[in-house]
Amino acid sequence: MSEKTEKTDLRLSVFKTYKLYVGGKFPRSESGRVYEVTDSKGKWLANAPLSSRKDARDAAVAARKAFGGWSGATAYNRGQILYRIAEMLEGRKEQFVREVADAEGLSKAKAAAVVDAAIDRWVWYAGWTDKIAQVVGGGNPVAGPFFNLSSPEPTGVVAVLAPQESSFLGLVSVIAPVIATGNTAVVVTSEKAPLPALSLGEVLATSDLPGGVVNVLSGRAAEIAAPLAAHQDVNAIDLAGADEALAKELEIAAADNLKRVLRPQAVDNWSEAPGTERMTAFLETKTVWHPTGSLGASGSSY
Amino acid sequence: MASVFEYAPAPESRSVVDIAPSYGLFIDGEFAEAADGKVFKTVSPSTEEVLSEVAQAGEADVERAVKAARKAFEKWSALPGSERAKYLFRIARIIQERSRELAVLETLDNGKPIKETRDADLPLVAAHFFYYAGWADKLDHAGYGANPRPLGVAGQVIPWNFPLLMLAWKIAPALATGNTVVLKPAETTPLSALFFADICRQAGLPKGVVNILPGYGDTGAALVAHPDVNKVAFTGSTAVGKEIARTVAGTRKKLTLELGGKGANIVFDDAPIDQAVEGIVTGIFFNQGQVCCAGSRLLVQESIHDELLDSLKRRLSTLRLGDPLDKNTDIGAINSAEQLARITALAEQGEAEGAERWSPACDLPGSGYWFAPTLFTNVTQAHTVARDEIFGPVLSVLTFRTPDEAVAKANNTQYGLSAGIWTEKGSRILAVASKLRAGVIWSNTFNKFDPTSPFGGYKESGFGREGGRHGLEAYLDV
Repeated sequence: MSEKTEKTDLRLSVFKTYKLYVGGKFPRSESGRVYEVTDSKGKWLANAPLSSRKDARDAAVAARKAFGGWSGATAYNRGQILYRIAEMLEGRKEQFVREVADAEGLSKAKAAAVVDAAIDRWVWYAGWTDKIAQVVGGGNPVAGPFFNLSSPEPTGVVAVLAPQESSFLGLVSVIAPVIATGNTAVVVTSEKAPLPALSLGEVLATSDLPGGVVNVLSGRAAEIAAPLAAHQDVNAIDLAGADEALAKELEIAAADNLKRVLRPQAVDNWSEAPGTERMTAFLETKTVWHPTGSLGASGSSY
Repeated sequence: MASVFEYAPAPESRSVVDIAPSYGLFIDGEFAEAADGKVFKTVSPSTEEVLSEVAQAGEADVERAVKAARKAFEKWSALPGSERAKYLFRIARIIQERSRELAVLETLDNGKPIKETRDADLPLVAAHFFYYAGWADKLDHAGYGANPRPLGVAGQVIPWNFPLLMLAWKIAPALATGNTVVLKPAETTPLSALFFADICRQAGLPKGVVNILPGYGDTGAALVAHPDVNKVAFTGSTAVGKEIARTVAGTRKKLTLELGGKGANIVFDDAPIDQAVEGIVTGIFFNQGQVCCAGSRLLVQESIHDELLDSLKRRLSTLRLGDPLDKNTDIGAINSAEQLARITALAEQGEAEGAERWSPACDLPGSGYWFAPTLFTNVTQAHTVARDEIFGPVLSVLTFRTPDEAVAKANNTQYGLSAGIWTEKGSRILAVASKLRAGVIWSNTFNKFDPTSPFGGYKESGFGREGGRHGLEAYLDV
């Protein structure tokens, strides 16, 4: 008995090598660089990959490649997968509670509440995938012999700068609406607290989410975001995690191919119910017309 | 023009419109000279006759107009929606009453045929005001939450291809939602906006709610950059749109952009050829092709290429080009000498790059700015005429074999405003429409517009939608 206790005490824990999540795989940064991640008290937690502009480009390529399949999947299927992410997270809750507590200096109970809220957020967005089209689209009463229908469609590849302070709930709150609507995402994690985001990649990889739909990059926001904002094959950018100066610089770069820009908005409490704005910000409206012919759309005398 | 259809000329009378020799800026309900006294001339593109001299707004005038709009905003936004609605209904009705006058005016200043101003532009202008008037007291039900708030002062810059219609697209939703407006019409077509100022007066619209500042690009730039403008709306070129996006970066100004296009009009082998030919003609020769959503790239399934081109050429030979005030005229004048030069240069480049150029026999009038309807065949995706927006009566013809190839070619552009699909097969319409990256898709028709229907682009054709419930979002704090 005593021998056994001794063994436990001697056992060295296994550190985790945190890696990026790009195109459904877990590469190290192409640059070979890492940076030190500490908890709120300055204790070393892990070395996170310090992504380069090449990593950003690779992620954009992966996101573009995944766009056709993901945007073409049925809304029902996307909902199933978002719900599956919630299921997978529920099973690994302990890990995320620990990582969020370390990252944000929260008590275990508070971190648990944050993780619960993040899981519930996936469930909420899972339910939106097949409803948003009815809420923001529909038929238009055209004054002429035509039928036309406006439907929302995803914008494309969205670069997402995750919030800096809310390492997990904030992160989920900006990723879920982007992919719920059929976009694919390149996510830049919170710079100082990237570990929950990198672990989320492992959950996404086992949630039937096709590779490339979400790509997670850790590192310096300004360094990774600049090439994404200037990238000609990125269609939109969410500046949630950018400070004022960086946001302006990125918005100017984004103008070059007229990216859709969601400017930073102050969020005091990420656990408050989100509206539809984060979804509609990355949706286009397509209006399809067709003649109705001489019979008219309605007006039967029978 | 030798034609089987020889009509006697039927000119519309221009006596219904009384154009003053000079016009001022419209600020705070009054017409005024520009602070620095600058003026510019506006000419009739079909005759090069000077129509009037118009005050040219400078920075000081932008300052005054924004101040007037800011002051008016307080009361205008506090007005019950039902009262704002009545002003807009009044405007809609006055436009209907004066529509012949405005149609003739617009034709004189823009060069487009009277049959288009009379039958397309003006009815749509009135309809837009009528449609958004009805929203003013129903904003709680628009899906943007209870009691959505207006943004403030809207700075709006519009182009010359549909001067009054673009004004309506901008001003009607802005006023319905409780914003006030400073609008800059294009330098080649300022007159109908100034006539609209008079309509505001007739409608008893409170002073400062609508301000009109004719001027050039620098006037627009000053307006867009003004720190007290809360919302910027622009319709025009993609290059200027990008510049505006950079200007508003880092501010809280809300921005909507309606920019260029290179619309693909896709004709499958089972399409009704005669209807498709009509749609192709409407798609590219409506308004001399000076339409951002024009179907300027014709994609024809290879098996019907020759048959379709024969029909199309035959049809083009019956188009009548000439006096825009003649109600039989199909093709009017190009809006300006600059635009004519641009179209001419791009068409010459098309020839130089090896595309085959064709125009019907067509006499061009001796004065004014004219360009014959033009087809390019043997065009590849690499040709400039297949890539750049020409904004003139120039159609590039490409071919395809399979629906996938049609989709790939249609989407092979930085633009994403419009597209057309011609086929009798419903499933093919739906399949292709869902794959096209464009904001408006016309199946078995083309260039149809309606105030209830959202209009706007994907990709570099801009962002935001105008028209319909969606059009409200641009002017609300949501």
